[in-house]
Amino acid sequence: MAPTTPQEPGLSAVPSYEEEQSQARFDALIDQDSRVEPRDWMPEKYRKTLSRQISQHAHSEIIGMQPEANWITRAPSLKRKSILMAKVQDEAGHGLYLYSAAETLGTTRDEYNEQLLSGKAKYSSIFNYPARTWADMGAIGWLVDGAAIANQVPLCRASYGPYGRAMVRVCKEESFHQRQGFEILLSLSRGTEAQKKMAQDAINRFYEPALMMFGPPDEQSPNSQQSMAWKIKRFSNDELRQRFVGMIAEQVKVLGLTLPDPELHFDEEKKQWIHKDLNWDEFMAVIKGNGPVNAQRMERRREAHREGAWVREAAAAYAAKQAQSEVA
Amino acid sequence: MSQQSNWPLWEVFVRSSRGLSHVHAGSLHAPDAQMAVRNARDLYTRRNEGVSLWVVKSTDIISSDPDEKDAFFESPQGKDYRHATYYKASEGVKHL
Repeated sequence: MAPTTPQEPGLSAVPSYEEEQSQARFDALIDQDSRVEPRDWMPEKYRKTLSRQISQHAHSEIIGMQPEANWITRAPSLKRKSILMAKVQDEAGHGLYLYSAAETLGTTRDEYNEQLLSGKAKYSSIFNYPARTWADMGAIGWLVDGAAIANQVPLCRASYGPYGRAMVRVCKEESFHQRQGFEILLSLSRGTEAQKKMAQDAINRFYEPALMMFGPPDEQSPNSQQSMAWKIKRFSNDELRQRFVGMIAEQVKVLGLTLPDPELHFDEEKKQWIHKDLNWDEFMAVIKGNGPVNAQRMERRREAHREGAWVREAAAAYAAKQAQSEVA
Repeated sequence: MSQQSNWPLWEVFVRSSRGLSHVHAGSLHAPDAQMAVRNARDLYTRRNEGVSLWVVKSTDIISSDPDEKDAFFESPQGKDYRHATYYKASEGVKHL
């Protein structure tokens, strides 16, 4: 029976011969550990998943500029100020690499930007915690960037070419972020009692949120499996969290400080790190917008966009004028 | 709120050092060519990654059709004799 209304391609319940062929080509690329490129056919869900993941990642970089930008004027020396500026500039850059990769999936920059400004899109919940002291710059670099690196290194091999390439660039630049953070904490830990206390306090506040950056436990993360089947994700949330907590458990000894987790130990039998139960209710609350500084971060982003409007308008007007005089 | 919808997309190519080709680094939006080059410098050469930059409007790039790729790149297949490794009899002969 012929349908009464014309059907859009792809909406029919029965895939056409062409769709089956395309799907088979796509599956073969994934099987061979090859890469999918922008103009290749891809399943709609693969496109949507990537578009959401890459843009969320980009938004996180852009919002992630704020906690550290707030400290540039208060950095304790000119050297620290320069380092912090370079780091914030890198984060802007990472956001732009990622937006470019996300745009290859067919959504425009303006749409992504609008999703962020309207509050429709999510970004990493870690940036909804305030950076209260100078030591927080250290803890953010060491723990937050450290967790980000652990997450991002496997993404360099993501099955979508533009995403992987953007991540290679990001990872190359990110390692300085973690080291500079660690060195801030190291300086403080070798300083006065008050400085040491400040460093310990920062670690205490960022430890749990940093571990939660890897996302919910595997059994509560239904989308992960599909992402792993598509080779976007290479390791599960818990695997990555394990790897990370094992690294920082050693690194914290160099600082002469402690992680706020008396239960943390390596289980020789299970061959895995056991850490305390994380507060997933808090995680969900922060994601839903009820973190300590969600509203402040969003307002600052909108304000920055508004305040930059005249620059964008002037640049566009100048470009239009130049184009006209070329024609004339 | 002003949008940048009319800002074209530019592809950025970076020559990392003298003697090497320009290699595609990524893309960016900019209102005109001059801004594109400046933005490309800030975005893609923050750590001395380049000594020269090209920016090209994405819409000016002509590419092969991905749907035709098998047929389009068919010609070299089965022509192993275009590679030095095809010639086995001369193996072991020095400087050859």
